Amino acid sequence: MKTIIDVKNLSIYYYTLAGIVRAVENVSFSIGEKEWVSFVGESGSGKSTVAYAILNLVPSPGKIVNGKVVFNGKNLLELDEEEMRQIRGKEISMVFQDPMTSLDPLRKVGDQIAEVLIEHGAEKEEAFERAKELLRMVNLPEDRINYYPHQLSGGQRQRVAIAMAMAFHPKLLIADEPTTALDVIVQDSIMDLIATLKSKGTSIFFVTHDISLAAERSDKIAVMYAGKLVEFGKVEQILDNPLHPYTKALLESVPDVWSERKVSAIPGYPPDLRNPPKGCRFHPRCTIFKIKKELHGICNELETELIEVEKDHFVACHLYRRR
Amino acid sequence: MSELLRVEHLKKYFPVKRSILEVLTKKEEKFVRAVDDISFSIERGETLALIGESGCGKTTTGRVILRLIEPTEGKIIFDGIDITKLGKEQLREIRKRMQMVFQDPYASLSPRMKIGDAIAHPLLIHGLADKEEAKELALQMLKRVGLTPEDEFYNRYPHHLSGGQRQRVVIARAMILKPDFVVADEAVSMIDVSMRASILELLESFREEYNLTMLFITHDIAVAKLIADRIAVMYLGKIVEIGPTDEVLNNPAHPYTLALIQAVPSIVKREKKKMIEITGEVPNAVNPPSGCRFHPRCPFADELCKTKEPELIEIGKNHFVACHHPVKD
Repeated sequence: MKTIIDVKNLSIYYYTLAGIVRAVENVSFSIGEKEWVSFVGESGSGKSTVAYAILNLVPSPGKIVNGKVVFNGKNLLELDEEEMRQIRGKEISMVFQDPMTSLDPLRKVGDQIAEVLIEHGAEKEEAFERAKELLRMVNLPEDRINYYPHQLSGGQRQRVAIAMAMAFHPKLLIADEPTTALDVIVQDSIMDLIATLKSKGTSIFFVTHDISLAAERSDKIAVMYAGKLVEFGKVEQILDNPLHPYTKALLESVPDVWSERKVSAIPGYPPDLRNPPKGCRFHPRCTIFKIKKELHGICNELETELIEVEKDHFVACHLYRRR
Repeated sequence: MSELLRVEHLKKYFPVKRSILEVLTKKEEKFVRAVDDISFSIERGETLALIGESGCGKTTTGRVILRLIEPTEGKIIFDGIDITKLGKEQLREIRKRMQMVFQDPYASLSPRMKIGDAIAHPLLIHGLADKEEAKELALQMLKRVGLTPEDEFYNRYPHHLSGGQRQRVVIARAMILKPDFVVADEAVSMIDVSMRASILELLESFREEYNLTMLFITHDIAVAKLIADRIAVMYLGKIVEIGPTDEVLNNPAHPYTLALIQAVPSIVKREKKKMIEITGEVPNAVNPPSGCRFHPRCPFADELCKTKEPELIEIGKNHFVACHHPVKD
């Protein structure tokens, strides 16, 4: 499979007054053509920060301190603002949790979609025609071009945001919790819409805190914990044969309508990333570490590395170290 | 089992703001029919989950039951007492036994009050303890909800805590009066999925200890399945289906219930089979559709559905549905 984006050794720190927050540490992964990869993790795990880094949009006081984001043979982190603008929205586009992040409340929806098209070289009339077509593609009546964002429901606004993101058939769509604020039925229809986009050739980088949402339409799942990528693999590998103790605990903590098992919470809280635990960042909450004495001195001392234990299935845990 | 709470023909209409011009021209006053004639009861020790999408009236129902807002019509009967018409003093007495766990732990705690004092507060308000005793009880409660060392947590402020810890404080404050009945409104929605299980475990432990009766309001069906004995589904101010949890989830009879369940993401059932295709979004509660309120979105709707409002009828043991053409499997 052709690789669309290749992220290597990405580290992002937030330089706050209270100290340096090591939000993302040494994260590497790649996304193939027409592949849907979902990043899951708790709040503060760094999943959204990785998403923003791909477009070099990490908000201040965050800084990308190390790593590469290779797209079409170019490292996006080395491009100047003008070159980056050509890529954003055109080749890689993004939708956010709150669609109002990308919509102007004072202007009609149609004008906003058309503007993006005109900016990239379309004629005015052609741009409005295309705006109507895009609205139809996201299942909105074309008369919505004359609506202001506040006249639309949350789900409809997210459709408009997706319509804008689709305007140039991007190679990659980054979706950061796009359905978190929506009700389930609307959520389901937005997920269908993203799946349609994928079927037309766009790769998807999807961020969610809800692993069950990642279960249904993704090809691969990446699990993040405390700034580290702890497990990465195909959906079946992650859900049916999870290897990392955190992934296992996460799966056991999620209520599921179709499961009869009891849920159990992950003991403890995620660490303060100004001062992350030494060794594996999960070891203070890890039940296996607690019971296996022979791991003491390893998990709490040595950094973990992401290793491929079977084809396409990567895990960063000392239990699976090559001996 | 005996009944602790009964709600009869409850309605709550909110007036829609009119402009001065509309008032002067005597334009007809309009109402949002947030809750429109619902009836149900909850047994002692039972948990009923009220589920539905935003705007369906589930939160309003919870608030009206506690009389945090006044009902427009209908009766609320708590432990045999009609509390609908109780005056302030009598209501205060009964409120010791009815508590609320709010949705947003950020908004429901005062930022300037130490969390220990916040937990002790209800005891002082109701004159159930003096300052010393209240502090002692609050410390015990902090320990009970897992915020230890409790004397350290006592003096912290809400902004020092994580979302999950704050939700524990909100629960501690509701439980310190040892209530008989609790309305929990989206008690786990604002916290991380991985933390939800521990909050649900905590609620469950209080339920056992106090033989608590609960109205658990949630949009999350997976959470409802875990905690509820029965589920009531609301759509546009009406209860469209109510029954034992497993019955409603495994044999949903209302097309709306089926659509809701089918849309819930699941790890266990990843392959999606669409049993039903519904269109559009929830209409406005100012002018709800005629007949069955779900008919404009329902694939099975016919003439009858457009004109006649369906009533709740029993289709299985304790399983009621308001639909002219209930789904059969």
